[in-house]
Amino acid sequence: MTLSATTDDRPRHAARAPRERGPKASAGTRLRGWLASTWFLVPALLLFLCFVLTPILVAFFTSFFKWGGFGFPDDFVGLDNFRGLAGDEVFRGDLWRGFLLVVLTLVLQLPLALATAVLLNQRMRGRAVYRAIFFAPFILSEVIAGVLFGIIFLPGNGLADTLVEDLPLLGGLAGKWFSDPDTALPTLIAVMTWKYFGFHMMIYLAGLQGIPKEVLEAASIDGAGAWRRFRSVTLPLLAPTLRISVFLSVIGTIQLFDLVWVTTTGGPTHATETMAVTMYEFGFKRYQMGYASAISVAMFVISMVFSLLYQRYALSRDLQGAVTSAGGRR
Amino acid sequence: MGIPHLPRRSFLTAVSAGAVLITAAPMLAACGGDDSGSGGKVTIEWMNIATTEPSQSLYPKIVKAFEAQNPNVTVKTTNLENEAFKSKMTALVASGDLPDIYVTWGGGVLKQQIDAGLVKDITSDGSKVLGTMTDVSKKPYQFDGKTYAVPYDMGMVGFWYNKKHFEKAGIDGPPKTWAEFMDAVRKLKDAGVTPIALGGKDKWPGHYYWSYLAMRIGGMQAMEQAAQSNDFSGAPFVQAGEKLKELSDLQPFQQGFQNAGYDTPGGQAATMGAGKAAMELMGQWAPAVQVDASGNELGDDLGWFPFPTVEGGPGAVTDVFGGGNGFAVSKDAPKEALDFLTFFMNEANEREQVTSGASMPVVKGAESALDDPNRKMVAEALNTSAGFQLYLDQAFPPAVGQEVNDSVASLIAGKKSAQEVTQAVTKVAKSQ
Repeated sequence: MTLSATTDDRPRHAARAPRERGPKASAGTRLRGWLASTWFLVPALLLFLCFVLTPILVAFFTSFFKWGGFGFPDDFVGLDNFRGLAGDEVFRGDLWRGFLLVVLTLVLQLPLALATAVLLNQRMRGRAVYRAIFFAPFILSEVIAGVLFGIIFLPGNGLADTLVEDLPLLGGLAGKWFSDPDTALPTLIAVMTWKYFGFHMMIYLAGLQGIPKEVLEAASIDGAGAWRRFRSVTLPLLAPTLRISVFLSVIGTIQLFDLVWVTTTGGPTHATETMAVTMYEFGFKRYQMGYASAISVAMFVISMVFSLLYQRYALSRDLQGAVTSAGGRR
Repeated sequence: MGIPHLPRRSFLTAVSAGAVLITAAPMLAACGGDDSGSGGKVTIEWMNIATTEPSQSLYPKIVKAFEAQNPNVTVKTTNLENEAFKSKMTALVASGDLPDIYVTWGGGVLKQQIDAGLVKDITSDGSKVLGTMTDVSKKPYQFDGKTYAVPYDMGMVGFWYNKKHFEKAGIDGPPKTWAEFMDAVRKLKDAGVTPIALGGKDKWPGHYYWSYLAMRIGGMQAMEQAAQSNDFSGAPFVQAGEKLKELSDLQPFQQGFQNAGYDTPGGQAATMGAGKAAMELMGQWAPAVQVDASGNELGDDLGWFPFPTVEGGPGAVTDVFGGGNGFAVSKDAPKEALDFLTFFMNEANEREQVTSGASMPVVKGAESALDDPNRKMVAEALNTSAGFQLYLDQAFPPAVGQEVNDSVASLIAGKKSAQEVTQAVTKVAKSQ
């Protein structure tokens, strides 16, 4: 598109307006256009091929082998690795925990982010400071956040224990947090919420800023109260932003690794293990690369199916022209 | 308008072509190997894990002395932290391009590398240096009568205990049998002391209990049989699980042990070092890590005793469970690599390594250089050992070792029964 704009000699509506210049010249220019665009695309394509497509294909390939990571995989086992996965309690647990994480993220983290965004979209003193504070955790690297919370939830004399010790209801939590299989996952969700809600808050803030004031004013004049304005004006107009944020959140949760690895390494007794952690365990601790590849393929398929379905049904209005939109171009 | 476009476009084409080359060149280069030529000079690549004192400053000293004696040889040292080293090795082994000399703990991991044809058999070439060493220290690196590494450190696992806490609980002398041990745990609990520090997050500290119990209940024979048949479902292993279950039912571990690391803040070593627990089952390095993790030295309060025997089990107190550090030489290493290792382990250097506390003795007679009573006890127990069993997570292929660690952690947490542990381990062992 951009290329055709630079070549004036190409007719705007080639299909409707018959070509006036000689077809030879036009074909030559077009070829040169193709060549130029190819050259521009090659670096990105090479990188994409070498670091994205090839690893994906290799993972698919090795997932059909029993392979320890040494030399060329030669022990073809067909679908055995996938059958193993289906029967593996830990992996099935991963799926359940992954589902739980996704759902809880959607019902806890995003509403919290939305509420904060709406609040901080109002005129108030120190609003920039609040925004910065809520956004700050997202800037922190996962590993640093993980180490920090490891110290905060340290059993015995950690900050969290000292805080809840004397409280009537939460007192029982002291010494548990990440150390007890029953409380580890909720603790992880709390840390995740702290870490990521600021990011979604920022997206929502940007979205809120794009809502024209006139519409809200008109609603006010029509007698709509605050809740009504939020329900009937803000929320529908924010919908594209919400859809993207849900999408990012789900995909991110499916692939969750670093925060878990640093805080609990998936324990105690697999209570916080995710698919990515299991994959790491099998790939780099047990050297069962074939099996680990099968896990990564499963993750890929789950993410892929979700993305395609989500793009097809939820994002179709936002992503005109994407592969999944049924009508094709426009 | 048509004419000025052409040069611009060809300019852009050239720029993008250049961009392609710049992007592609390093990628292509990365795919190929990078062999640097050498002219008379030999460079030995040495991958080590000496990131703490005293080895951190002692090893470069030895390297300098060696280079002074052999001016044509340069030793290029890479020091990595333990876990980083393991990750790096994963990548290096997969690429088949190992450093000339690298740290190994022997067992199943080394066996995998040997089977992949990456490690040099040094039985005859290294006979000079290997001949000076104790038999037990070489065991982890021997397969089918061949030796594949030069040991430089050797140790074993035993109970490190706080004498003050034992006194307070009214326990006279370290327990000799499992029943006495359980009794001691109860007494400690009654006295309000946390009996045992355990790093449950790291999992491997827990597997020591299960392995030692199996050794005591079934004897060395049971261990060898299991290793050969890949069958861990025998009675000794089930009973070991049951005994460990009995222990964990007493809730002897510190609060929150399930997410405690071994050497991290608030972990096993820190708890022990700070005097907040009475015992830990750990290798010869335990005292140093206790100080490092807690900033507190137990000093004379710290004592050591071997894992107690189990009544009725053929396993003797002289059967030891442990392992060491060794240096393996890769297949294509220059012969100077072995010369360096011979120099590294000569009498003077070994003495310095032992006295400085960098490692436990592996050369015969070097234990006389030890002055710390606890380390002396460990060295003596090693030298008088009857049977030797390498750490299970090293002795077997990684998948089996990790399954042992994982299943035993679940057993301690009460999420798996003794039978489920043996079934899970056997299933993985059989599939290898």
